[in-house]
Amino acid sequence: MSTDVTAKSPAPAPPDGSGSAAGGGGLLQLMLNGLRRNMRQYGMLIALGLIVVLFQIWTGGDLLLPRNVSNLVLQNSYILILAIGMMLVIIAGHIDLSVGSLTAFVGAFAAVLTVSHHVAWPIALVLCLLVGAVAGSVQGFLIAYLGIPSFIVTLAGMLLFRGLTEILLKGQTLGPFPNGLQKMGNGFLPEVGPNTNYHNLTLLLGIVLMVAVVWQEVRARRRQQEFTLAVLPARLFALKLVALVAAILTLTMLLASYNGAPIVLIILGVLVVGYGYVMRNAVFGRHIYAIGGNLPAAKLSGVKDKRVTFQVFLNMGVLAALAGLVVAARLNAASPKAGVNFELEAIASSFIGGASMSGGVGTVLGAIIGGLVLGVLNNGMNLLSVGTDWQQVIKGLALLVAVGFDVWNKRKSGS
Amino acid sequence: MAGPVLEMRSIVKTFPGVKALSDVTLTVRQGEVHAICGENGAGKSTLMKVLSGVHPHGTYEGEVLFEEEECRFKDIRASENNGIVIIHQELALVPYLSIAENIFLGNEHATRGFINWNDTLKHATELLRRVGLDEHPETRVTDIGVGKQQLVEIAKALSKSVKLLILDEPTAALNDEDSGKLLDLILELKNQGLTSIIISHKLNEIRKVADSVTILRDGRSIETLDVKAAETTEERIISGMVGRDLDHRFPERTPHDGEPDAAPALEIRNWTVHHPIDRQRKVVDDVSINVRRGEIVGIAGLMGAGRTELAMSVFGRTYGRYAAGTVLKDGTEIRTKSVAEVVGHGIAYVTEDRKHYGLNLIDTINRNISLTALHRVAKRGVVDEHAERQVSEGFRKSMNIKAPTVFEPVGKLSGGNQQKVVLSKWIFAGPDVLILDEPTRGIDVGAKYEIYTVIDQLAAQGKAVVFISSELPELLGMCDRIYTMAAGRLTGEVPRAEATQEVLMRQMTKDKEVTR
Repeated sequence: MSTDVTAKSPAPAPPDGSGSAAGGGGLLQLMLNGLRRNMRQYGMLIALGLIVVLFQIWTGGDLLLPRNVSNLVLQNSYILILAIGMMLVIIAGHIDLSVGSLTAFVGAFAAVLTVSHHVAWPIALVLCLLVGAVAGSVQGFLIAYLGIPSFIVTLAGMLLFRGLTEILLKGQTLGPFPNGLQKMGNGFLPEVGPNTNYHNLTLLLGIVLMVAVVWQEVRARRRQQEFTLAVLPARLFALKLVALVAAILTLTMLLASYNGAPIVLIILGVLVVGYGYVMRNAVFGRHIYAIGGNLPAAKLSGVKDKRVTFQVFLNMGVLAALAGLVVAARLNAASPKAGVNFELEAIASSFIGGASMSGGVGTVLGAIIGGLVLGVLNNGMNLLSVGTDWQQVIKGLALLVAVGFDVWNKRKSGS
Repeated sequence: MAGPVLEMRSIVKTFPGVKALSDVTLTVRQGEVHAICGENGAGKSTLMKVLSGVHPHGTYEGEVLFEEEECRFKDIRASENNGIVIIHQELALVPYLSIAENIFLGNEHATRGFINWNDTLKHATELLRRVGLDEHPETRVTDIGVGKQQLVEIAKALSKSVKLLILDEPTAALNDEDSGKLLDLILELKNQGLTSIIISHKLNEIRKVADSVTILRDGRSIETLDVKAAETTEERIISGMVGRDLDHRFPERTPHDGEPDAAPALEIRNWTVHHPIDRQRKVVDDVSINVRRGEIVGIAGLMGAGRTELAMSVFGRTYGRYAAGTVLKDGTEIRTKSVAEVVGHGIAYVTEDRKHYGLNLIDTINRNISLTALHRVAKRGVVDEHAERQVSEGFRKSMNIKAPTVFEPVGKLSGGNQQKVVLSKWIFAGPDVLILDEPTRGIDVGAKYEIYTVIDQLAAQGKAVVFISSELPELLGMCDRIYTMAAGRLTGEVPRAEATQEVLMRQMTKDKEVTR
């Protein structure tokens, strides 16, 4: 019976008509197809968009006020920095519970150096990153070379660094930090040029970024064509460029009409681009995916699995130190209670952003999107004066829904 | 002859985009052993999933009649309640539970939620006797061998008062001795009146146990043959499976002795390795072998002969504890303690277990192929994605990997295509010596031929190939020289001209008795 129907009805299009469809319906079809194929990637982006729109409506437009966007970036920067490192750890098939305590410890160390001993802040900054590197490499050594499970090592680290923080600060809050260090957490790019009602340097930066993104996309497309590989259809490609430019433009205008781009946003931008590139294109990144995806196979392919694991934790230590500095600078004081639950927020960001418990899956951009979902929820609920009790409930549900959706989606497309 | 106990009529099963089964008909008579064979992807597993309710009624077309009643199973439980039990290729036992606990898992002898141990043990003992397994039912499953675990699976099936037993490649993981025992058991159960369906790649097994065989190809049932009939030869079955006459199961090969004057590409001298945990035990004992450029050298042996252990211990010491011996590459000694070093010396090892040791199943074809030699498509630590894609596209075409693009996850490919990816990844590493460990295990006849052709081409390009295999016909068909191993020792070296299955088998078994 079914065979008869297919002969007459034009509905089930032949599979070869994928690229050449014409007309407005064709473009929509193409977009839907692309969306379906990359559900994992785009699903969370769409969810983030929805959350933003919802809170924008509920807060009566307060969410996307220039001042609030600026705040949003400042409030979430350290979680995002941690989420990048955590994503690498999780892709490699491990976990790091110590980062919250480590951020507190590094903040305390910075305070002791600059406030109690008046060490110049650039030197203190370098020393702090070094401390992070040492902490990360000790944990990395125990995990990679001695084979102690990362959950245990970093659970111990979590207790240990929290204790050391309290010892270092003698249970007290220590501050304020010198000006230079404060800027890392609270500062904005300096203003230059004539008064235009907008922040000139931020505008310039936005324009440079737009040009760079468009140039990069066009170059990649041309390169793919050179290799006679399939590319996005021209109109869809144009649409993608317009969307990218619009997104950058919006953010630039929002920030430029307030104080300009926060310094920490620049740091974060560099990290995202840098780590994104490393995870996608560097041998190191590939090896992380390989050991997370199938450790024995990676070993037998000549991947130096122990060294890669070690480096992943070393890197996490450095990023945790950086986050610790940003937190301390933002609060303008080192506190023994700083960084509590940061590790959980970073882990949640990674999983909302598409990481898998068993390793081998995830992207840096995913971690950022996951972190922003949590960040916007936090910020939006604060604007609506939702109490922290309910905030936690809602964030917990968000994690469940995000990962649940992912599992459901995978099961549907798999089998 | 008895009437049909099972009839599957015009079964059509469609997955999104693929028609896995189109018009398959299967008739199994009461009390017979019915074999199903076909290439990988021919639809054998799908058909069995339809039968056992994994694909519930309504997701396929056609009808299933069991004992003359139409079956509409909604899940596996429903089919088991009707006496249809399937034993999957990958054993589904819980390693740290006892034999008895495994047999009655999900089906416990219990009153009000508490297990009645006396009952359980008594029944388990009876079932173990029936399958001829001489183990105490309280032994943990992890402590017995794979062959015995297979028997536990059958005991588990028998405990469910099975009327139709389906075995999916039951001997794939077993050695010859255990396989023989298992096949005898199937025949014994047949004499007791049990009907079974056996899915198998091994034609000699089919000839031994089956009464009739149904051949599937490309989702269709091609024909059902009477195995006991004289005209049903192995060649006959093979030609039905591949749809062409296979006069040559192996590519035409001119024997090559390598250049006798030059030093061997790889020479292993007096290699001895101890078991990683039981340090007293020599797993590889004083083995010396060599292989020249352009030569294909086989290593034959039964399971436990130490072939894989020899290869892996040489390959960057990835197995066991090194005790003694040297490795020479092109006449100079090399000391390698890591995989990266040994790959750097131009040696590649293609594992027998591609799913666990060969591939990252969740990653793409593209990235699996490039992993072994990322530096070849990278500059200063940065991978050139376009160059990488071109390399893998090249392999997809030249190796005939059946996938729409190289961005397909390897886990979705069939066994034969996965094997081609593993081979590609090691060919891409550019080795002089390739050690191939069971390169055609668990893949269909057509893909096997393609793999043989690739191996032949590699030798023709002047690479040295070590070919480890349990299938004697393929060693005889492909190799210039064949070493035999038994219980960790080298027991013989036979040139192509003198090699026959009988000669090899005698050497593969002779020293085993002496050393014990």
